[in-house]
Amino acid sequence: MIELVEYIAKALVDHPENVSVNQVEGEQSVILELKVDPEDMGKVIGKQGRIAKAIRTVVKAAAAKEGKRVVVEII
Amino acid sequence: MKTVEKQGKTVDEAIQKALEELQVSRDEVEVEILDEGNRGILGFLSKQAKVKVIVKPKPDQIARDFLKGLLKFFDCNAEIKNSLEGNVLNLEIIGENTGILIGKRGNTLDAIQYLTSLVVNRNSKDFIRVLLDAENYREKREKTLQRLALKMADRVKETKRSITLEPMYPNERRIIHTALQTDPRVTTKSIGKEPNRRVVISLK
Repeated sequence: MIELVEYIAKALVDHPENVSVNQVEGEQSVILELKVDPEDMGKVIGKQGRIAKAIRTVVKAAAAKEGKRVVVEII
Repeated sequence: MKTVEKQGKTVDEAIQKALEELQVSRDEVEVEILDEGNRGILGFLSKQAKVKVIVKPKPDQIARDFLKGLLKFFDCNAEIKNSLEGNVLNLEIIGENTGILIGKRGNTLDAIQYLTSLVVNRNSKDFIRVLLDAENYREKREKTLQRLALKMADRVKETKRSITLEPMYPNERRIIHTALQTDPRVTTKSIGKEPNRRVVISLK
């Protein structure tokens, strides 16, 4: 799942070299922490979080087949 | 990506040579100037200008590449069909197991469509509208909504009471409005705020 978040984020930002994703295992879910260049924050969040929401939807769908609950956080 | 390097007396001349060789127009390429060149003095010390011309990937290619990469994460063995008509890029995912890409009420499909649109339009001057479909979902959904609209309109006429539908996306609400536009006995309007905007069907 890390690779998927990375793949989407890198396709959206101006500084793909500064994209990094960190995985934190929770009790029931996996948290994926997405970090991007400060200049690119808007490119992964979007107006009213619309882009962030779309990223979460896609990642959730991909994770569902593995039966995992995945949370994407942008930090 | 296709690239060529060309030399010429001036930068413009070098670019022109490259465009001729690549058989493309100026706005289809990106130019990197490697050497401005120098006219020199009376032909002495003159240096040729040098440019690198890179053919920009076309929107349909960008979209295909992005989707193909994305589909790998879904273990879907799918093909992508695309056609570009004016500023509208139609994409269709064809293959097995594409249900996972559609999601509940097309949620996932809409999200993928939105992300693809962002990727396609990131470096493009003109806005390109991206429409993504899988397993004919859009058309089936449109038919379902039209049927729902007609059924609900009948119920409104019978009971003489307004009916408020569940929250829908703008494009889905549009389908309902359009389906009932020609019905002389009912009228439709939308109430509430996104994303909880609903269509209300009532008697005229």
